[in-house]
Amino acid sequence: MKLVMAIIKPFKLDDVREALTSLGVAGMTVSEVKGFGRQKGQTEIYRGAEYSTNMVPKIKLEVVCDDGLAPRVVESIQQAANSGAIGDGKIFVLDVGQAVRIRTGETGETAL
Amino acid sequence: MTMTRKLCGVAGAIVAALAVAGPALAADMIKAPDAAAMATMVNKGDTTWMLTSSLLVLMMSVPGLALFYGGLVRSKNMLSVLMQVFMIVCVTGLLWCCWGYSIAFTSGGDNHFFGGLSKAFLMGVDGTTLAATFSNNVYLPELCFVVFQMTFAMITPALIVGAFAERIKFSSLIVFVVLWSLIVYYPIAHMVWYWAGPDFLPDAPTDYGMMWGWGALDFAGGTVVHINAGIAGLVGCLMIGKRIGFPKEPMPPHSLTMTMIGASLLWVGWFGFNAGSNLEANGVTAVAFMNTMVATCAAAVSWALVEQFHHGKASMLGAASGAVAGLVAITPASGFAAPMTSIVLGFVVSPLCYLFVTKVKSAFGYDDSLDVFGVHCIGGITGALGTAIVAAPSLGGQGYFDYTVFPAAFHPEAYDIVAQLITQAKAVLVTLVWSGVGSAVLFFIIDKTMGLRPSADEELQGLDLSSHGERAYNS
Repeated sequence: MKLVMAIIKPFKLDDVREALTSLGVAGMTVSEVKGFGRQKGQTEIYRGAEYSTNMVPKIKLEVVCDDGLAPRVVESIQQAANSGAIGDGKIFVLDVGQAVRIRTGETGETAL
Repeated sequence: MTMTRKLCGVAGAIVAALAVAGPALAADMIKAPDAAAMATMVNKGDTTWMLTSSLLVLMMSVPGLALFYGGLVRSKNMLSVLMQVFMIVCVTGLLWCCWGYSIAFTSGGDNHFFGGLSKAFLMGVDGTTLAATFSNNVYLPELCFVVFQMTFAMITPALIVGAFAERIKFSSLIVFVVLWSLIVYYPIAHMVWYWAGPDFLPDAPTDYGMMWGWGALDFAGGTVVHINAGIAGLVGCLMIGKRIGFPKEPMPPHSLTMTMIGASLLWVGWFGFNAGSNLEANGVTAVAFMNTMVATCAAAVSWALVEQFHHGKASMLGAASGAVAGLVAITPASGFAAPMTSIVLGFVVSPLCYLFVTKVKSAFGYDDSLDVFGVHCIGGITGALGTAIVAAPSLGGQGYFDYTVFPAAFHPEAYDIVAQLITQAKAVLVTLVWSGVGSAVLFFIIDKTMGLRPSADEELQGLDLSSHGERAYNS
């Protein structure tokens, strides 16, 4: 099993979710996060006092899927979240040791 | 406000017409009538308007000013600002009944700096006593005047807290407000607004406060409220010192939505402040109302334009700041100017205030956190000096009446802009010095006895938790 973790632009979330559900992905976890990469922050000015914020709001998306589906998940996220501008985000793929469905106690890929 | 040399439109015109018609008719007017005759001179329309105005001015403080300031601080200090404004309103309301009204609005005899204690604890003031307006033989119920003036004594010290927001000890602030009202606000209100009234001044020609006697024009409180609070704020932020982390750490406003709501409530409430300061509901009230409306529009547009040219972006905070600057500037001029000259005043004030809040503050490095000095003092000075120009009858202004004769006389040709400008400048200087020195002495004494600042840990934690034991937002 793989954990696909993607940091994307907030307004791309709907496109990514649609792309992944059409692949048969059964669930995902989404968090609102802040961070920085190559994209520069914005400058805010309040009555002449300038503050440059270097943390940019992003969405972090986590999907666990079986090994066979992982490359297509990565590809769909990459295409759906792409706006062509700096700040589109990153995708990370990690190995997952175990998964358990809490209600039934099922383990492994059947728990996904 | 209140005790300026302004007679009122309609009644003034009638008085003037009677005077022209013949001395016999004028002599028929009741002069210094007994209480029974006075009771018929109290107008229900005036009374209604003045009680409504009192409500509007209260709304300026709570919630208007509290939200305007509250939105500008960080969320950990939101409740401390709301609480400071709320408590100042309550405490100064009590003080006004105890001795404030008496010191501000009773005769000081030969002393033109402050009044006596004859009406302390509202002695002798009840539902049958009357207060003068700006028209001969027109009166208000005295309690109506007391409560209207009370709302001014409430908002003025509340304005000061913005200068040292996020770093003041609550108990010390309240002690400061009690003492500041006593040695600064009441005397200045007396000097600018106290006079014997249009019916009684001719017989007691020196029964007035010092600056009123000079002929200083302050319709609704440019000197008494805004310059007074603005300079006290500057002295306060200098003596209390900067916030920890200023100016390196970002301290952005936590909710400009609240600030916009607060600024809008201030704008609406300000009609009670300015138009109410005519003390009657008549043509001059409408003039003050209109002037207040358009000067504010002009100043908000002006601030937005300055930002657009300077940064390429007009901000909501800028528009709100401009609106408040315009309201401040038109305050002393509201009943004296004409609508089109009010617009000019509004356009002029915003760039001046903008210069102070963006350039002068950073050049000198003082932490006037919410720009009480930059907006209220600078805007107030602009308005006080501008009043000399816009009040000129030759520019469509209302001029002023000569109350040393009965009935009051109007000599528009006698208005001298330069002489008036000098008088206005003198009044501004006296207010700056009196309030600046008085505030410095009080801050010094309180700092040495109670301490002005919370500990560094308490300040870093935020005053909401450390001073009041609660949080503005629990989610």
